[in-house]
Amino acid sequence: MQSARSVSVVLAGSGGAGVMTAGNMLLEAAAHAGYYALMTRSSGPQIRGGEAAAMLRIACEPIECMEDEFQVLAAVDWENVQRFNAEIPLGDSSLIVGDPDQGNPPDVFLKSGAARASLPLKKIAKSVPEGRANMVLLGALAALLGLPDDAVARAVERTLGKRPAALAPSLAAVAAGRAAAAGIAVRFPLSPPPATRAPRWLLTGNEAAGYGAIKGGVRFVAAYPITPATELLEWMAPALAQVGGTLVQAEDELASVNMAIGGSYGGVPSLTATSGPGLSLMVEALGLAVAAEIPIVVVDVMRVGPSTGIPTKSEQGDLNIAVHGLHGDAPHLVLAPNSVADCLGTTQWAVQLAEALQTPAIVLSDQFLGQARSVVDRPEDFPGGCSRVTAGAGTPGYKRYAVTESGVSPMAIPGSAGLAYTADGLEHAERGTPSSQASDHFAQLDKRRRKLTAHDYGARWADVEGEPAADCAIVTFGSCTGPVREGLALAAPDGVKARLISLRLLAPLPALQLLAALEGVQRVLVIEQNQSAQLYKYLRAECDLPGRATSLHRPGALQFSPGEIRRHLLEWSRA
Amino acid sequence: MKKTKLPRTVEEFMAYAWAMEVEASDRYAELADLMGTHHNREVADLFAKLARIEGKHRDQIAAQMGWTKAPDAAVFRWETPEGPETTDYGDLHYLMQPWHALKLAEHNERRAVEFFERFAAARVPADVRAAALEMAGEEREHVRLIGEWLAKVPPPEPGWDEDMDPPAVAD
Amino acid sequence: MNEVACNAAPAPAMRGPNDYKSDVKPVWCPGCGDFGVVNALAKAMAKMALEPKDVAVVSGIGCSSRIPAYMASYGFHGVHGRALAAGTGLKVARPDLTVIVTGGDGDGYSIGGNHFLHACRRNVDMTYIVMDNRVYGMTKGQPSPTTEPDWDSKLSPDGTGLREFQPLVIALTSGANFIARGFTGDPNGLAEIIEQAVRHPGFSFVEVLSPCVTFRPEQKEWKKIVKADALKPTADMTRAARRLLRDTGFELGVLYAGERPPYAPRGPRALRTPSELEARFAL
Ligand SMILES: Cc1ncc(C[n+]2csc(CCOP(=O)(O)OP(=O)(O)O)c2C)c(N)n1
Ligand code: SF4
Repeated sequence: MQSARSVSVVLAGSGGAGVMTAGNMLLEAAAHAGYYALMTRSSGPQIRGGEAAAMLRIACEPIECMEDEFQVLAAVDWENVQRFNAEIPLGDSSLIVGDPDQGNPPDVFLKSGAARASLPLKKIAKSVPEGRANMVLLGALAALLGLPDDAVARAVERTLGKRPAALAPSLAAVAAGRAAAAGIAVRFPLSPPPATRAPRWLLTGNEAAGYGAIKGGVRFVAAYPITPATELLEWMAPALAQVGGTLVQAEDELASVNMAIGGSYGGVPSLTATSGPGLSLMVEALGLAVAAEIPIVVVDVMRVGPSTGIPTKSEQGDLNIAVHGLHGDAPHLVLAPNSVADCLGTTQWAVQLAEALQTPAIVLSDQFLGQARSVVDRPEDFPGGCSRVTAGAGTPGYKRYAVTESGVSPMAIPGSAGLAYTADGLEHAERGTPSSQASDHFAQLDKRRRKLTAHDYGARWADVEGEPAADCAIVTFGSCTGPVREGLALAAPDGVKARLISLRLLAPLPALQLLAALEGVQRVLVIEQNQSAQLYKYLRAECDLPGRATSLHRPGALQFSPGEIRRHLLEWSRA
Repeated sequence: MKKTKLPRTVEEFMAYAWAMEVEASDRYAELADLMGTHHNREVADLFAKLARIEGKHRDQIAAQMGWTKAPDAAVFRWETPEGPETTDYGDLHYLMQPWHALKLAEHNERRAVEFFERFAAARVPADVRAAALEMAGEEREHVRLIGEWLAKVPPPEPGWDEDMDPPAVAD
Repeated sequence: MNEVACNAAPAPAMRGPNDYKSDVKPVWCPGCGDFGVVNALAKAMAKMALEPKDVAVVSGIGCSSRIPAYMASYGFHGVHGRALAAGTGLKVARPDLTVIVTGGDGDGYSIGGNHFLHACRRNVDMTYIVMDNRVYGMTKGQPSPTTEPDWDSKLSPDGTGLREFQPLVIALTSGANFIARGFTGDPNGLAEIIEQAVRHPGFSFVEVLSPCVTFRPEQKEWKKIVKADALKPTADMTRAARRLLRDTGFELGVLYAGERPPYAPRGPRALRTPSELEARFAL
């Protein structure tokens, strides 16, 4: 049987069956075996007991998105699993594994022409004292993929570390599942993992962002829970305490953002995280942070909007509000991580930029990046530390909002003698006193813009890759980057060659760098995940894209897949 | 309202008198500033003048007592919410005229007279009583002077506080 | 009480109340009650010999919210209704500072009402001074939550018909640790209340009757109605609640001085370097 460099598997079943736990263990087993892996999850609307699916992809190379097809769909039961149909595409070479005592797999899956295999999971589990069906399934899947015993055992041990009594029965159930799978003829062995191995991490984008924030210097967080940003805040609560910081749970997002602004006014780098509905509430205060020049970071883990939308699904629909949502002329920073691991570096950078430029930074993560658990190479270390320019105590004639060449004015931190001033969202003169003079307004507007546009953002404004000599270019951002990168590679054998620019700095838009990266290009394709082509319109408004610029955009709930991108690229290259 | 503790020595008594003048002159100065902000130049100037006069009294007391450093203007209570010579913030109007300001000053001086007379009538040592009577006399003289001043100032016409424009809004 | 000016104890700092005021000129109408708050705040700070550099006065938006700029301490003039949130963030991030949050009845009880409840509950060690004039002054005289139901205005002709918001009742039931009412016509008494409020641990709430001479000129009569020293502090919530049942809104003094411990971050606080957190991700 031929081995594959990438295999995708779904574990499904009703709540209580433990498919998420088994999925996590499979993910970890793959990691211990030396593979890269990615897991996303879906569940029904029920708080407990609803249908759930853990979707995994395991590969020999780093991966940042799911594939077009799953090789294995395995379920403990089939209660309402068909609702995940759109998320679980199968093909005629796929395999459906089910417990014959739980009835037939739904027709929507059978239609794919996938092969079927039966495993009496519950019966096998019963044969093992305290055995559970999900552990049987884990064993069977490990066998189908050829994952070694010790990797699976380590994963089980790490997960059950706190409940040693559950360990032996679980390992026994895994072994029973592995044995039962011997009867299944169809297998999906993975190619051997890469021989050399840099240290790997297992984390979600939300956790990565939380760690990036701390590395950037954040020591105060104000939190109001919202899916899918909650885990970021929950990860930070104990982590912050360990580095001497504090997290406060606020009464709403109006409070959380204003608390963060208050903390930062006190000299402590501050952050809050939210999703679309919360960001909408925070917009007024973001304007205050712009006008009063108080750095803060807001991580917006985007979900499907508008309104409550689909809280557990991803979409890139908040670009407009992030870039344009503030009233008045309110230049600020908008950044977007483009992979799970990049949530770390980009959030860290956002903190550093916000601090250096004394302005709010919005980090546009999304549900996919935030919640996907991923096995990645240990992310690159960026230099840490904050660089808020502060005023020395007793500076003579101190002016908080002095008009400087760089536009950045040294900030007085409360507690510094002789520098007391009032931070103000009212337009002000250099001293900070309210002013309605056009001249003060011009000068302050100008410095607030200048400090952002004149800053040297270095090479991290985007990841520029692909064929440097190609006369076509794709511009994208965020979680679209993974499928676009992979789709472009898939299209290469058909002669599609393009540059790929994944923007990390969205505002202020580094138009000069972007145009330089697009030098000589005849065609530009902007790819994003929203209904209204927000990035495309933004780019066209801000700079004169070379050649013929077109857009590939569609709303969320489902991520782009590499195959979908490939098909588009083939059309695009022919058009 | 708690009662002011009766002074036992002239030193203590004069500290009261001094604090009263401090509060009065500080307040006049503040009112002068704020009438200035509201472009009521005449009244601003008048308050500034009153601030200077009360300031002079304050310094006279300090000189008389031989205080080298200004005694700390600690918070203490009179029978009225503030010092007897202190103008209530609430008695101001942006269109008020010198006549109104002088009326306030007259009212303040009258209260000062009463205040010192009350001390003089209380059970205090003889030297304190003498000092209190002397101060009451001085304040009576101020009432008279302000009365003369008032006589030279035209009383306001009816409608002095009418403004055809609505108030301005800011934030 | 009754410290006399020349008393012997040398003041720790030689600052008088005027040293706590900035050189920025208030824009308030002559006669506005808010002047009395600046006066009282400055006196209280002088009395406590606070270092202006270690004090932050935080506010939202409104006439009353202009106060931070008039003080010589650090100031924060944020957005409408969110002063308590900003103050909370500041105090939690910088526990070494004395944080005094200020504002109006519209700012604190209407747009910021939710934050008021939760600030009382959270009991962060800071002081909240509300200058209550029962009107939105800054926007030219609309009814606020504390406005009488029959007060006629352009926006609510013939009145709102709504019952007044009861700040002291809400503060007591929501968990504020110190509750008092002052009057701007008595800046000295108010200064004493503010001093006690700042010294009291936890969230201290001072409702200040502060007349708006421009939109509520009838409030000039308040000085005849208020009853000084009518509220006596108790640490007994039941007694305080009973006292409030007889409250007319014009009794001054400290209603409640509780013993609830102020907000403090909970949980273990081991000190590690950020990179030690990486162990959580390593395989
Ligand atoms: C979000 C928002 N809504 C409305 C306003 C307009 N506004 C400014 S001050 C104010 C009310 C102020 O009333 P209050 O807090 O009682 O203060 P006062 O002016 O009476 O001292 C309003 C509604 C604003 N600045 N921001
Ligand atoms: S409008 Fe009212 S509250 Fe505002 S400054 Fe004037 S008197 Fe004060």
